[in-house]
Amino acid sequence: MAKSDVKLLGAWTSPFAMRPRIALNIKSVDYEFQEEDWLVSKSELLLKSNPVHKKVPVLIHAGNPICESLIIVQYIDEVWSSGPSILPSDPYDRATARFWSAYIDDKWFPSMVAFLFAQEEDAKKAAIAQMEEGLVPLEEAFGKCSKGKAFFGGDRIGFLDIAFGCFLGWLRVIEKAGGIELLNETQTPSPLKWAERFSSDIAVKELLPDTDKLAEFRKKAQAKMTANN
Amino acid sequence: MAEEVKLFGTCGSPFSSRIQVALKLKGISYEYIEEDLTNKSPLLLKYNPIHKKIPVLLHNGKPIVESLVILEYIDETWKANPILPEDPYDRATARFWAKYIDEKCVAAAVKAFWAEEKEREKAVEEACECLKTLEGALKDKKFAGGETLGLVDIAASFIAFWLRSFQEISGVELLTEEKFPDLFKWCEEYVEHPIIKEHLPSRDELIVFVNKRRQNLK
Repeated sequence: MAKSDVKLLGAWTSPFAMRPRIALNIKSVDYEFQEEDWLVSKSELLLKSNPVHKKVPVLIHAGNPICESLIIVQYIDEVWSSGPSILPSDPYDRATARFWSAYIDDKWFPSMVAFLFAQEEDAKKAAIAQMEEGLVPLEEAFGKCSKGKAFFGGDRIGFLDIAFGCFLGWLRVIEKAGGIELLNETQTPSPLKWAERFSSDIAVKELLPDTDKLAEFRKKAQAKMTANN
Repeated sequence: MAEEVKLFGTCGSPFSSRIQVALKLKGISYEYIEEDLTNKSPLLLKYNPIHKKIPVLLHNGKPIVESLVILEYIDETWKANPILPEDPYDRATARFWAKYIDEKCVAAAVKAFWAEEKEREKAVEEACECLKTLEGALKDKKFAGGETLGLVDIAASFIAFWLRSFQEISGVELLTEEKFPDLFKWCEEYVEHPIIKEHLPSRDELIVFVNKRRQNLK
């Protein structure tokens, strides 16, 4: 498929934008990437393609926009069906992957946001505690989903690996800033080891942002948002 | 193969009702177990330890939770009367609108109806924004499946019935014919669909449900 047929609007700082990029890599699909500098302004194309949410990522395929990161990943899995599968084949395993992905987005991610925006020490501590607590169920989830293999998806990276793994960049920024280990030997030994494997995977490696660069960006973003208030 | 299908639900819940609609649409026999949300059963807590919520679908002893996840599971397991379209782009579109209804519309509407006086105006504004977006989507034929019910139609039962009922109960007006003519008309037709109608609570049942939910939220 011609490269110009597939375009992704994203941002190097966005874990959500990373998800479809990993999926496209898994499927070996060539695509054009447009970096949205959302701190500055949103492009016309972004606003036109995602009028409801005005957010990255947006996949534009043969002129059609697809929005919402996990919906895009499923779309990629369905369109490029000859490549390695991203969702498991069994309906129950698919439901399990979708369940945990929704858990990460709806239950765990808000605690990460709470930490990143917290001003007071107490609020920061509370958010960290919530983040740590929120990660504990993933130990058991990993056991159930991986069935003894390297990834949540089995032998290869799958839907849930992508859904969770995209946050590793920010996770590391928070760990460094807080002097803590959110994924650790005591409570989450399996996800801890998985994180290393995920980060080194060929479909992921070049997409994970450098921790220091991301921390720099965070400072800039915080300064800008404080100035705007 | 002997199939064992059970549904843990609560009368009056839109999320519970949508699973019943899907199972009926597919012609699947199941055992329904009513859960009292103010006194959750040990079985519910066992099958949904993370969220402790209904609905829970139990298929041959395996639990599936979260209504949109359950709907996709049902569609993938029982092939009659598909809920999702075949084309990947249409599927992505359906998933987008179902998610929008659940994450934005339901949340905004619930806030608008039950929020404190001082937060209500803003919540009403947000809820109306959602309805405006849905009105636009309806015009673009993004949902409203016609005679067959699709994922978005099933998810939108909240708008068609619950939201409109809450308006009457609370006196807070959101969806009027003047403001959202197409959506209003769609709602009127939708609640007459036989399978939908069969799984809507009575006014009394709805009031019991609402009161228990508000009790839980305190």
